[in-house]
Amino acid sequence: MTAKLSLRGVRKSFGEAEVIRGVDLDVGKGEMVCLIGASGSGKSTLLRCINLLEPVDDGAIWLDGEDIAEPGRDPRPVRERIGIVFQSYNLFPHMTAEENVMLAPRRIRGKTKAALAPVVERLFTRFGLSDRMQHYPDQLSGGQQQRVAIIRALAMEPEIMLFDEITSALDPELVGEVLDVLRQLHAEGMTMILATHEMGFARELADKICFLDGGRILEQGPPSELFADPREERTRAFLSRVL
Amino acid sequence: MADTGLTQARRVAGAPTRRAAYEARIRRRSNLIAAASTAAVMLAVVVLVPLAPGWEAVQRSFFNGRVFVETFPGLLEAFLLDVAIFAWCAPSIALVGLVIALCRDVRAPALFPLRAFGAVFTDIFRGLPVILVIYLIGFGVPGLGLPRPWNSPYLWGSLALILVYSAYVAEVIRSGIDSIHQSQRSAAASLGLSEADTMRYVVLPQALRNVVPANMNLLIALQKDVALLSFIGPVEIFRQAGVYKSLMANFTPYVGAAVIFLAITIPATRYADYLMARQQRRRR
Ligand SMILES: Nc1ncnc2c1ncn2[C@@H]1O[C@H](COP(=O)(O)OP(=O)(O)O)[C@@H](O)[C@H]1O
Ligand SMILES: [Mg+2]
Repeated sequence: MTAKLSLRGVRKSFGEAEVIRGVDLDVGKGEMVCLIGASGSGKSTLLRCINLLEPVDDGAIWLDGEDIAEPGRDPRPVRERIGIVFQSYNLFPHMTAEENVMLAPRRIRGKTKAALAPVVERLFTRFGLSDRMQHYPDQLSGGQQQRVAIIRALAMEPEIMLFDEITSALDPELVGEVLDVLRQLHAEGMTMILATHEMGFARELADKICFLDGGRILEQGPPSELFADPREERTRAFLSRVL
Repeated sequence: MADTGLTQARRVAGAPTRRAAYEARIRRRSNLIAAASTAAVMLAVVVLVPLAPGWEAVQRSFFNGRVFVETFPGLLEAFLLDVAIFAWCAPSIALVGLVIALCRDVRAPALFPLRAFGAVFTDIFRGLPVILVIYLIGFGVPGLGLPRPWNSPYLWGSLALILVYSAYVAEVIRSGIDSIHQSQRSAAASLGLSEADTMRYVVLPQALRNVVPANMNLLIALQKDVALLSFIGPVEIFRQAGVYKSLMANFTPYVGAAVIFLAITIPATRYADYLMARQQRRRR
């Protein structure tokens, strides 16, 4: 079986500091992969490299057998196929929830508001926000904003979704509603990669856990193995700190 | 004994809280002090200034009621020209300022000349006194011997104002663009939006909203600087006041002109301050 997405020897530096130091990773269609690791280990940078928000320095990223990391490629078509949701939501504050969601499909796909309305409304309904479409971001709770951000990414009908610690900025009682969205997406067969500190969630749903350490995947495997019996001492130390 | 404390702390519903009562007391006191000190200063001005040896003469030549009444309507009429010049300059300034600001933000290497042009433009026109630009353009260009209407001082004087103020507006808009957090551009890029769309739909709307108060202040300054065009010809309010001064050998028309300017600029300044304060509050 060839993977939906394969990383081979991916490297990324900021100035002198090499932040991603040769990452290999395979993600199958419909799989959920969780990246865990200490703060600063490179989780966010790796995700930003995958949808080309950061140009990678070396290595290859194969998406359906096509190397998207080739220098000089236009990153925009790739970004349409790989959505990302950030820890800090990053909704556009001067637009309503609905306008936030419609902007990209309108500008990029050239769709009209009227054509989009039923699709967008269905998305909002699916994630329990049908009564919040006309609200501005500052009128929404953190959990609601984060769900709107997810809907905004989904509106481009991506094949892969990346989530960068999307529950870390939320009050504890709001984390559940956002994790439920992820659960739902996973059940519907979305291919996704999560950077997360929600170990319970990762253990329950992930197909594969990757432990990042200093810009490398030190160890990866199904949650049953990696959580129960990590091979590496550093993984063990990290897990004992967060579990 | 222990009871009294409790009863004191309890209060009738609707009555002011202890803090509210305390703050009301403080407010009454500061109002009283402010009123008393204002009255004292006014009194000193009213009593002392007329004691000055030259007061009689100053009063006659600057605050002459008869001259004021006679010249005021003419000044108002001349002020309409100031308003007209302002009205056709302001939209051009907004447009040129925006274009220059966008020039300075382009990143594509092929467009580097635009970027350099924006930088040079703002450096030059922010670096020169307004009056100098008005003289150079207002006298220089018509001096080329252009046929009418291309030798009009209105035209070239207005152009001078537009160039200078566009440079300031461009800098204000650029600071607004810079103030939009990188994560907004990131979010737009992650959806696949082009740089142009990101600027137009995500960055600019937020940036322009943030700089409304700063631009209000520039508009007020422009309203005043329109009077500088009088130096190259147009008989607007300042020049008209000068004409009256010579006619009547009296400075009161200048005071009349000052009153007219203040009637416009003070409310406008207050409004700009109000916008600024509201924005500060919102940011917190
Ligand atoms: N834009 C950037 N410029 C310079 N250094 C960066 C940048 N982004 C991240 N880094 C550095 O890269 C390292 C990894 O960061 P990050 O990917 O955010 O880790 P994580 O998400 O696991 O906390 C950190 O040391 C961080 O300081
Ligand atoms: Mg991170």
